[in-house]
Amino acid sequence: MKRILSVLMENAPGSLSRIVGVFSQRGYNVDSLCVAPTDDKSLSRVTITTQADDKVIEQITKQVNKLIDVLKVVDLTDGSHVERELMLIKVATRSELVRSEIHRNVDIFRAQIVDVDSTNYTIQVTGTSDKLDAFAHTLGQTTEIIEASRTGICGLARGEKALRP
Amino acid sequence: MEMMSGAAMVVRTLKDIGVKHVFGYPGGAVLDIYDALYAQTDVEHVLVRHEQAAAHMADGYARSTGLTGTVLVTSGPGATNTLTGIATAYMDSIPMVILSGQVPSKHIGEDAFQETDMVGCSRPIVKHSFLVKRAIDIPEAIAKAFYIASTGRPGPVVVDLPKDIVNVAEEHPYVFPTDVTMRSYNPTLKGHNKQIKKAVSTLLEAKRPVIYVGGGAVISEASALVTEIAEKLQAPVTSTLMGLGAFSSTHDQFVGMLGMHGRLEANKAMHNADCILALGARFDDRVTNNVEKFCPHATIIHVDIDPASISKTIAVHIPVVGSVDKVAEQLLEQMGKVDAKAQKAKLADWWQQVNQWRERDCLAYQKDSKLIKPQEVIESLYKHTKGEAYVSSDVGQHQMFAALYYPFAKPRRWINSGGLGTMGFGLPAAMGVQMAHPDAISAVVTGDGSIQMNIQELATCLQYNLPIKIISLNNRALGMVRQWQDMIYKGRHSHSYMDSMPDFVKLAEAYGHVGIRVTDPAELDDAMARCFAMKDRLVFMDIEIDQNEHVYPMQIKFGAMDDMRLSKTERT
Ligand SMILES: Cc1ncc(C[n+]2csc(CCOP(=O)(O)OP(=O)(O)O)c2C)c(N)n1
Repeated sequence: MKRILSVLMENAPGSLSRIVGVFSQRGYNVDSLCVAPTDDKSLSRVTITTQADDKVIEQITKQVNKLIDVLKVVDLTDGSHVERELMLIKVATRSELVRSEIHRNVDIFRAQIVDVDSTNYTIQVTGTSDKLDAFAHTLGQTTEIIEASRTGICGLARGEKALRP
Repeated sequence: MEMMSGAAMVVRTLKDIGVKHVFGYPGGAVLDIYDALYAQTDVEHVLVRHEQAAAHMADGYARSTGLTGTVLVTSGPGATNTLTGIATAYMDSIPMVILSGQVPSKHIGEDAFQETDMVGCSRPIVKHSFLVKRAIDIPEAIAKAFYIASTGRPGPVVVDLPKDIVNVAEEHPYVFPTDVTMRSYNPTLKGHNKQIKKAVSTLLEAKRPVIYVGGGAVISEASALVTEIAEKLQAPVTSTLMGLGAFSSTHDQFVGMLGMHGRLEANKAMHNADCILALGARFDDRVTNNVEKFCPHATIIHVDIDPASISKTIAVHIPVVGSVDKVAEQLLEQMGKVDAKAQKAKLADWWQQVNQWRERDCLAYQKDSKLIKPQEVIESLYKHTKGEAYVSSDVGQHQMFAALYYPFAKPRRWINSGGLGTMGFGLPAAMGVQMAHPDAISAVVTGDGSIQMNIQELATCLQYNLPIKIISLNNRALGMVRQWQDMIYKGRHSHSYMDSMPDFVKLAEAYGHVGIRVTDPAELDDAMARCFAMKDRLVFMDIEIDQNEHVYPMQIKFGAMDDMRLSKTERT
């Protein structure tokens, strides 16, 4: 089952490697990882997506929580939450037909063309991972995908719940 | 503000924390720190012969006192040599701070001479680590390291010190931190009240309760409280290998160690219990045997300071996160006045059952052998030390014999590598014990295999006049490996015996100590007496024991806790 863990940790050297270490050392998979400092620069927020059953996610949460640099851990998938991922995808634009087909899909998926070159477009799309998958799949049927880069999921709990120190 | 070099700050911080002993070995990256050690007497440095031994010494020192052990080593090989010692301490939750030298900051990452990423190498086996970047941060990093190492669930902490920041030629202001608390680190000590209430009512309703004591009871100094709980409840008490002594092994409620080589009555009591109170024990695989068959009738109450230990291997019914001492106080308070007599009457049937298991006398062994039996050596050790010794151990059959046949009446007397099972731990650990307790008897029970894994420390013992008593159960084999090969591999002794055994008596003598060889059971008692009469000398007892002796009881793999072999031919 897909789980999204949100971790608040000290923005200190080595913190991230310790979190990643818990996963590798104990044989858990990291499907995606998204890290950046928070509004308070002394803290970082990490969002980790993994596949785990209840027992395993409980262990992961406890082991991550045990790290000295970690302030808080929540399993966002436990409650209702908002999750988003961003993808940049570069596609070939060989013909007018292909270009118009791409434009149509960009509109449907509410994506944006953020860079244009004589032979390709770079498109930005945000949404759930499923939506990004669907968008990539659709583009792939129209033209050649040159490369793509995804941020991994980041998320927040809905409502008043918040991960703060 | 006092000005001093980074190196001087390292030593000064240790002094201000109250560190008396540092176990270490010098090298290029820490020469400045060694220079700062030279001109002072506050912190005594103990020079080992191998850095692994420095970590084990610090560990033995910590286990026998409850203080944090301190290690100082150089970068690269000095640092990596401590890794086995760090892992040993980590697995058994021992407070330790390892100060490792590092190449100068500007060379980090260049594969400089004697550079290893110590923070990276040690990451999975430390509680935390620091790579210090500026000299002025040294006091805080070291003080935090000691704070983290010794609080909550204790463990080793590495402080990596690049050479440039400890440079003796540059001075910086020294400020000892007054507050080392961290917003991200707040161990829970007291148990949740609701859980305490649930635990107590379950315990008082139980008809077949067992108290299962682990190393956490030793670490949190909870012996008296645990004993009080046990006496109130009148329940049988068992202990893990790590918990031995926290509840006296001579107490009549004690049913012995449990687990793979536990006593039959202990494992039987666990398996048949309707309520288990686990105090600072972690349901390790060397205890549970097959988790699917583990204690099928019991409501389990698990007290542990580490939430991650709870329901890790065994799902428990009443988890209580907190330190054993604090939770024990809460449990006692919640119990209030319990009529011990009434409890005893209520548990009469249970005790009758337990006593029946006891009568099987699972530790009986052949007494009229022409060969020395390892069990009788431990009994003799007990007799000649009046049960008062600090007994360190290596890993193998001898370790199990020591754990089973030396009844520890006090905590912190039994010093062994339980979690990692590190051969080579015993001698240096016993040295750390002796350093901490110069007037006590520090003995090490070892085997011919294990003792050779850190035998070079005999030189350190001479240098610091450590009158350790080495009780080596010499079976000319890697006994524990051989036992498994006998049982599982049809007696095919693949690389479990040792040709070209050294003459241990001569070896001890070469290092300036006394060696005694014993081969005849009739001479054992007298030899032991001679050994312990030499109060100021290290004595190496090379005791030739029966090579074919196995450790029993022993759990049968994939079985329940109480599925055991009781001898080479009998099973439960
Ligand atoms: C460093 C290390 N290497 C290997 C082992 C595996 N091992 C466990 S017990 C044992 C044999 C120990 O032999 P010895 O010290 O002579 O003790 P005995 O079992 O004969 O009493 C071995 C090799 C270990 N525990 N530690």
